[in-house]
Amino acid sequence: MLKRRIIPCLDVAADVVVKGVRFADLRLLGDPAELAHRYEDQGADEIVLLDITASREGRTPNPLVVERVARRLGIPLTVGGGLRDAAAIGAVLAAGADKVSLNSPALRRPGLVAEASRRFGAQAVVLAVDVRREGGGYRVYAAGGSLRTPWLLDAWLPTAQSLGAGEILLTSIDRDGTRQGYDLEALRLASGLVSLPIIASGGAALPRHLAEALAVPGVTGALLAGVLHDGPWTVGAMRQELRSLGVDVRAAV
Amino acid sequence: MIAVLDLGIGNLQSVVWAFERLGALARLSRGEGLDEAEGIVLPGVGHFGAAAERAAQLGLAPRLRGLAHEVPLLGICLGMQLLFERSEEGGEGLALLPGDVVRLAAPGLPLPHTGWNDVEALPGGFLQGAGDGEAYFVHGYVAQPRNPAIVAAWTSYGERFPAAVSQGRVHGVQFHPERSGAYGRAVLLRFLEEVAQCSRSSRPSISREGTSCA
Repeated sequence: MLKRRIIPCLDVAADVVVKGVRFADLRLLGDPAELAHRYEDQGADEIVLLDITASREGRTPNPLVVERVARRLGIPLTVGGGLRDAAAIGAVLAAGADKVSLNSPALRRPGLVAEASRRFGAQAVVLAVDVRREGGGYRVYAAGGSLRTPWLLDAWLPTAQSLGAGEILLTSIDRDGTRQGYDLEALRLASGLVSLPIIASGGAALPRHLAEALAVPGVTGALLAGVLHDGPWTVGAMRQELRSLGVDVRAAV
Repeated sequence: MIAVLDLGIGNLQSVVWAFERLGALARLSRGEGLDEAEGIVLPGVGHFGAAAERAAQLGLAPRLRGLAHEVPLLGICLGMQLLFERSEEGGEGLALLPGDVVRLAAPGLPLPHTGWNDVEALPGGFLQGAGDGEAYFVHGYVAQPRNPAIVAAWTSYGERFPAAVSQGRVHGVQFHPERSGAYGRAVLLRFLEEVAQCSRSSRPSISREGTSCA
């Protein structure tokens, strides 16, 4: 049986890990390599490293930081932030990332998803989608939640799947950092739109939040940040609680 | 020294680092140094056709066929699929193992098969030392060996498929040991044990069965 994944996310800005609430008010948390290694030891299934200021600053993630994280890591690493062409994606993969997360540049130029998928394989292409509830649906936002796009989730996800995305990382901007739980409605909508694995993101604080999201068909991973960085949870404690809730997570670490 | 073949695809560095973390010396190779290598690793993620084309340009098939009785070879993910004859994804493989690569049929399940899954090692097979475990998979195609006896471990996702294959010194794992935590380390150690066994005997005799390096 495929295990449900617990995925710590490290948001980095200027090469240090930061944490914000609703994509703003950033606080410094520490060194990404140290944190990634700590979470692996605790039993994380994967690590996501997002450079959240790269896109708006016209940068790409620092390959030296990617390499420092990847070198010590024995679990998969996804890296994102400002990756706008195949060369930038190739550089991050060459630095040791297993997958890239594409967001704003893919919205500006959807062909980027196809190009990345063709060159590096669909398994290396995670499409990150940031949404805000709007009316009865979900609006896709770019540039770290600051730019409203013409895309609705209903149209963007099937488009991304047909272009060759291998995974969807769905973040609710409304829930980000609020500890109110994932946006289950957005996850259910997404899972009906595509047959790709979906990672839930934004708002988790309790094992129950993860269990609810991971019960949605197609949602195979849950992203965690604040409750790991600031406590009170470790990945190991979260895993044990999920097991007792009947979620099929990895047993041995 | 472990030669990690660079077919210009995917994340090769993580395989080199995984061996380094185990204290083994590994180097990327575009075909050079294979004759001196004590073990050869064929890693790879990406598209079968592109990798097969690159392998053909490097003339890998005849060279690996020549070395396959002497030097332990480990194919990882797409690298394991390349050991077979052809793939539905398009392209001709190295044909070191008899069989094809076919699309994973997992009706109603998300594809590609992405994440950690159970590996059920068969007694006496290549993974016996590592045993059963949980490993990280990312793939949409699976090997279909003509001879089921070469299957060393199984995994299920919609259907049962080989998680590991082994024939003589030629081994393949569909999962990523370099990204499979402690279990992955155990699998790579199993390969390194065979490498050590073979290099100590400095390959004096060629065993057709490949069950022993002595």
